[in-house]
Amino acid sequence: MSEQIKTEATSLPDPTQVREIMLEPYPAKTKRKRAKQVLVNDPETPPKIGANSRTVPGIITQRGCTYAGCRGVVMGPVYDLLQIVHGPVGCGFYAWLSRRNLARPDTGESNFLQYCMNTDMQEEQIVFGGEKKLKQAIQEAYDIFKPKAIAILSTCPVGLIGDDIHSVAREMKKKLGINIIGFSCEGYKGVSQSAGHHIANNEVFKHIIGQDDTTDTAKYTINILGEYNIGGDAWEIDALLKKCGIHVTATLSGDVNYGQLARCHTAMLNTVMCHRSINYIAEMMEKKFGIPWIKINFLGAESTAKSLRKIAQYFGDPELQTRVEEVIATEMTALQPVRDEVAAKHRGKKVALFVGGSRAHHYQDLFEDIGMKVVSAGYEFAHRDDYEGRHVLPTIKIDADSRNIEELHVEADPERYTPRISAERRTELVKEGLSFSEYEGMMAQMKKDTLVIDDISHYEIEKLIEIYKPDLVCSGIKDKFVIEKMGVPCKQLHSYDYGGPYASFSGAANFYREVDRMLSTKIWKFVVPPWEKEPQLEANFVHNVRIKDTKKETKKAA
Amino acid sequence: MMLQSTTAEIKPRSALRVNPAKTCQPIGALYAALGIHGCMPHSHGSQGCCAYHRSHLTRHYKEPVVATTSSFTEGASVFGGLANMTQALTNIFSIYNPDIVAVHTTCLSEVIGDDIPMMIKKSYDDGIIPSGKLVIHANTPSFVGSHMTGFSNMTKAMVTYLSDRNGSTKNQLNLIPGFIDPADMRELKRLAAMMNVNIVMFPDTSDVLDLPQTGIYKMYPKGGVSIPQLKSTGDSIATLALGHFASYAAATALNDKWEVTNAFLELPIGLGPTDRFINALRNYAGVDVPESIVQERGRLLDMISDMQQYFHGKRVAVAGDNDNVIALVQFLTELDMKPVYVITGSPGNHFETRVGEILKEQVPDAVIKQNTDLFALHQWMKNGPVDLIIGNTYCKYIARAENTPFVRFGFPILDRMTHRIFPTVGYMGAIRLMDKMFDAMMDHKDRECPEELFELVQ
Repeated sequence: MSEQIKTEATSLPDPTQVREIMLEPYPAKTKRKRAKQVLVNDPETPPKIGANSRTVPGIITQRGCTYAGCRGVVMGPVYDLLQIVHGPVGCGFYAWLSRRNLARPDTGESNFLQYCMNTDMQEEQIVFGGEKKLKQAIQEAYDIFKPKAIAILSTCPVGLIGDDIHSVAREMKKKLGINIIGFSCEGYKGVSQSAGHHIANNEVFKHIIGQDDTTDTAKYTINILGEYNIGGDAWEIDALLKKCGIHVTATLSGDVNYGQLARCHTAMLNTVMCHRSINYIAEMMEKKFGIPWIKINFLGAESTAKSLRKIAQYFGDPELQTRVEEVIATEMTALQPVRDEVAAKHRGKKVALFVGGSRAHHYQDLFEDIGMKVVSAGYEFAHRDDYEGRHVLPTIKIDADSRNIEELHVEADPERYTPRISAERRTELVKEGLSFSEYEGMMAQMKKDTLVIDDISHYEIEKLIEIYKPDLVCSGIKDKFVIEKMGVPCKQLHSYDYGGPYASFSGAANFYREVDRMLSTKIWKFVVPPWEKEPQLEANFVHNVRIKDTKKETKKAA
Repeated sequence: MMLQSTTAEIKPRSALRVNPAKTCQPIGALYAALGIHGCMPHSHGSQGCCAYHRSHLTRHYKEPVVATTSSFTEGASVFGGLANMTQALTNIFSIYNPDIVAVHTTCLSEVIGDDIPMMIKKSYDDGIIPSGKLVIHANTPSFVGSHMTGFSNMTKAMVTYLSDRNGSTKNQLNLIPGFIDPADMRELKRLAAMMNVNIVMFPDTSDVLDLPQTGIYKMYPKGGVSIPQLKSTGDSIATLALGHFASYAAATALNDKWEVTNAFLELPIGLGPTDRFINALRNYAGVDVPESIVQERGRLLDMISDMQQYFHGKRVAVAGDNDNVIALVQFLTELDMKPVYVITGSPGNHFETRVGEILKEQVPDAVIKQNTDLFALHQWMKNGPVDLIIGNTYCKYIARAENTPFVRFGFPILDRMTHRIFPTVGYMGAIRLMDKMFDAMMDHKDRECPEELFELVQ
């Protein structure tokens, strides 16, 4: 087996050369910058990557903005929190139902996901300020929709013209008697969606989490942090945990309601799916309420099993551990036939992944399940800790572009801080191999000499496809058709190409089948028309000769 | 339940926009820029806008949509975006080598007041823009108008920057097609070719956003109006501008600049508007209408008479872009239908005036509104149901909530595929629209009618 991998590995192009080719056309300044973001991996000692730095203008980035990270990613999925985007119409419009964070509220609950509400700022508000219109919009939203709580989300011009959404929030909160929260997530802040995650985390932590101390009655309660229920992922995870007897207090923020957020600080454990978007809340909840967090990943059969075992280990109840093992065994048995079938067909095929801030790592586990080989991967907006592991955190310097993103100072809550496990128990668990507050990052998992590319540019993607000729690329909507026009199938790992779920064991089966479909479809074989494969006839009466020639030609080609 | 918070009771709204029937300027400008051959659209603002606009256009066309951005940071937002623009242009020309860069702005660069013409001039002076390469721009503030305005502004910029005149009138007509899909632009070119009329159409996104699968990706596909063609527009016989909101500004600019005669027309959707388009081609180019076009018109008429009993008197709700709705409403009246609610999210009084004129006799009590949204439309529908709703993909939530037959029309269509291939303009486009309407209504009837009334033949 190891021999086989070795030969496969050596059949790949020299990554150092690929890197040179990718950087070759760049003007000097751009080249210096990109050189820090395009790296040849070494899992033993991951090289330092220039992540979370400003985007090079004009390079064709995949990145979005802070508003997208705050409103589109973290806050958008909270289905009964009425969200008003303060700004011109576009930002609200584009984030309206375009991310597939599904929800099924109970009867009688509000569901605002199908609504796009904004202040549709006009020139008059740019000139004279938009606070008056915002207040009026909040009043109207309250009168029409009777929400439990309202969020205000800022877009680019709001910060520039000096609208104070936080004082508007306070004033209207007093007037209407419901929670109203402002999010200063102007698009120009930070360098990507990432700043928006942080801003959303801060405000949710300050204004929502801890508002309601009602505890769940279940024995084992956990939160799933950084899981947005794309295509129903959170439902699969929920169902799986239920089988094991583990209760989810809140998922942040897939299919979640305001009430669940308000009392999620009562859970026994925080588990983190998307480290990038939610690690702030995980850290702050531990400091304030004493809830430890562990990194988990429910994408991939092996990693799902591993994550379940970690949670069971944390609670330390042998009965729970037995149940978890039973569930894993049953699920694995059910999954095995499709996994074997797909692996047999596609083992060794090459894949590259360029996705947001976590999936480029998580999905490597799904590909590992079926023996596919990751040749290159990268994030749009992850930080060094997501690449290199959290142990590099003390060495990360916040640069000028991100310095204005607020860091909350959090202290233990004088009344409600209760360490969920004793210090002794924690030490014991660590000795057993359970790591708390730890994430090893993407590079440690990737093979030596794979290419790690942060904030990949259009040019780099084109070169990558030309040189590696991957069998499959995972990316997003903006790249999908670029890649497919090159004759390579592209799996969207943001929207799942409107499929999914892919989480948990059942989701893994979906994903293997999906990969099989994409790699087996006939379409790519039809691209070259027959008349470009066959020699042209000089005259049509030489019928039989032609057939002979074609056969010869085909043989030669083979 | 779908859209469960939408009630029949209508409370006044003056500030809260809910479920808009428009989006912002730059996406229209980006789309127009893609209609120039060898062009890189550039968004001068923070990068989120550009990502959203590219994504949404891609979702609509299922095609690559490439554009660059100045990627503003907080610093640039305070001190101005000159350095970002300079860096962007340096990178764009070195890495992606377009013939032309078409810059549009966002609310960010508009609010801070970046002076784009100065930046472009400086970039030429400093040699950032290689010789033989071009940079044009349009100001597209998101807090004014809608994506229709953005399209109009960028189309106008093509005239302002590129239209030229060498003095000898060329045997060609300019055609400004309006905010329509590449299939529609292709259909307009086909009709003009059938009429034997030389046209310069700008922008032209056919062969840019309706590409074949060849296994080869080209950043600058063969389509798009060429720069020499754009330059020649000052020497054309006349300009046919389709659509008040999308195209008149560019036509007017051409007239101001080179005194090229204007013909202002509505989008050729349906019988009457297409008749007027064909007639304009005939008159301005001095050609005859060929038998083949007469036959297409005849086939449309034949379809109308075949389907007429099913369309007659049916109540329709229409939502969409102002120009496109104005034309569509005329077609619906030709089918004896009753457009009872007609809305656009874009502002502009001409919409209400013109639709009012069209519906005055046939549907005197129609609710016609510019600058409104789908939430309002849905509430009216709850108070007075319709037999059919026509609009973009976002209307499907209303269609499901109210169990109303639904036809996708306009921009954006995010959940169906063929609108980039099949036109809605011209006589053939009208037949396709009728086909979709008929299918939607009959499918609904077949699903909902009592079993004893389930018919084999219609």
